[in-house]
Amino acid sequence: MISRRDFIKKTVIGVAGASIPVAALELLTPRRLRAEKEDKSRVRWVFLVDTYKCVGCGMCVKACKLENEIPYDANVTRTWVERYVTTKDGKVHADTPKGARDGFITSKIDLGTDGSLDIRKEDIDKAFFVPKLCNQCENPPCVQVCPVGATYQAPDGVVLVDRSWCIGCGYCIMGCPYGVRFFHPVYHTAEKCNFCYHRINKGLQTACVQACPFGARRIGNIKDPRDPVAKIITTERVAILKEEYGTKPQVYYIGLDKEVK
Amino acid sequence: MNNHVLRPLLVVILLVVLVLIVRAFYVPKSFGVHQRGYMYGWYRDANVEDWKKFKVKYQGTDYCKDCHAKNHETIMMTPHAIIPCEDCHGPAVDHPSDPAKLTIDKSRELCLRCHYPLAYPTSGRANIRGVDPEKHNPGMECSLCHNPHKPGLEGLK
Ligand code: HEC
Ligand code: HEC
Ligand code: HEC
Ligand code: HEC
Repeated sequence: MISRRDFIKKTVIGVAGASIPVAALELLTPRRLRAEKEDKSRVRWVFLVDTYKCVGCGMCVKACKLENEIPYDANVTRTWVERYVTTKDGKVHADTPKGARDGFITSKIDLGTDGSLDIRKEDIDKAFFVPKLCNQCENPPCVQVCPVGATYQAPDGVVLVDRSWCIGCGYCIMGCPYGVRFFHPVYHTAEKCNFCYHRINKGLQTACVQACPFGARRIGNIKDPRDPVAKIITTERVAILKEEYGTKPQVYYIGLDKEVK
Repeated sequence: MNNHVLRPLLVVILLVVLVLIVRAFYVPKSFGVHQRGYMYGWYRDANVEDWKKFKVKYQGTDYCKDCHAKNHETIMMTPHAIIPCEDCHGPAVDHPSDPAKLTIDKSRELCLRCHYPLAYPTSGRANIRGVDPEKHNPGMECSLCHNPHKPGLEGLK
């Protein structure tokens, strides 16, 4: 015999299940899927980083935080700059103190709680800076794992977060292989670089691109054959991060090295 | 049918109706499947417009050109011309109405972002003349001697 209490309990669970959107159960024909994938928009934002040009001044990080209202002293940032130093003994040292918000104003490598490590100039084989930001993947795993549809890919390829819809479960933060997501210290919702969506849609450069004195960062539209950034990406040697994940990242790098992950 | 079947059934129907009503009001009209299908394009469409309305804060160097013509002119003839004014002075937002003045950062750290000597072979940093902050006039603001808008040595104060 089923008790009344059990019956009502099961009913509530059943109703909750039935209330997931009917649309989510609808069957998709492959043709419709393809039609949806075929872009109606003529814009697909992409990014190009030239690591040879980057001097590690961190002006991009400062500008990003101020432009996008990321609390300045909180240890989170939408973009950051990493320093890589390879020494003659084959070791790779990497750091990004405060995400390089204040640049790199010491030769000492920041080891976090283990202090720091000064490397003599003579011991350096290779050393360079690598700016990082959201890759706006063509197949974004962070979007796949969102249970409520709060993060999504806009028609122009940029992955956005709907702050009023995010429930703060953190799946997307775990799902991103590039570690670009974090919780916003004020809104407590998932936060990430969105290529300064408010700026690029007004014809402006992103804050980081505009702040870079050396042209190490550039943004472009891969669907525009006359776009200088698109031209470089399609005709020159560029690399992407963690290609093996199949996420199809859309931030391209000139001068990437195997040490960079 | 018996009462003990009908009554819970009524409860169930009521619950379903209630959830549907709440859902109809709670889920916004623009929420649904968009261009990239269910996997990547299931979202509230109005949010795209919300993001477009976010406030722009960095206005760019051309914005300063008319009012601070002298500073602009000076710096444009120097190697510091490539540095946007707002990198050193912070975002203009609605300056001069709000804020009335921009910050003037005279800290040594501002200059050392580029001028701390890091001769990294394949980085542009190696091409910028560095000064060792422990030896080059320690404790004094760089702008006591150098003019940041005219960094050439003929601009020394
Ligand atoms: C519409 C004219 C206007 C524009 C555009 C403008 N400013 Fe100003 N700025 C002013 C005025 C007026 C003051 C106040 C001067 C004063 O009180 O001494 C000021 C003050 C400043 C100060 C502080 C000067 C001091 O002596 O304390 C800085 C720094 C500054 N502006 C930088 C900039 C930068 C950088 C830009 C471009 C992003 C810019 N301004 C754009 C009009 C302008
Ligand atoms: C490398 C950093 C840097 C850049 C780039 C820079 N400034 Fe400055 N600026 C300073 C510093 C430092 C001072 C304070 C100088 C002093 O105390 O002698 C200053 C002072 C000023 C002042 C107030 C004093 C004065 O000379 O009237 C204004 C206005 C100003 N800057 C405007 C600008 C504008 C406009 C630009 C862009 C065209 C610009 N600055 C670019 C660092 C910079
Ligand atoms: C964003 C990077 C950057 C910042 C910040 C910066 N500089 Fe420079 N500076 C340069 C570059 C690039 C050059 C040109 C290369 C060179 O001469 O070494 C230069 C050149 C100079 C020179 C030599 C100019 C010459 O022609 O002999 C001096 C002096 C100088 N800067 C002082 C300063 C001072 C003082 C500050 C802080 C107010 C400052 N710089 C901030 C990038 C920067
Ligand atoms: C007491 C005045 C004084 C102060 C303070 C000062 N400098 Fe200098 N600086 C000089 C003089 C004089 C020279 C030219 C002679 C020389 O190379 O020492 C110079 C040269 C330079 C050069 C060119 C070096 C080269 O190899 O040609 C740079 C870059 C520079 N200073 C940056 C800075 C920075 C950055 C600061 C702040 C951290 C600073 N200076 C503080 C007086 C000063």
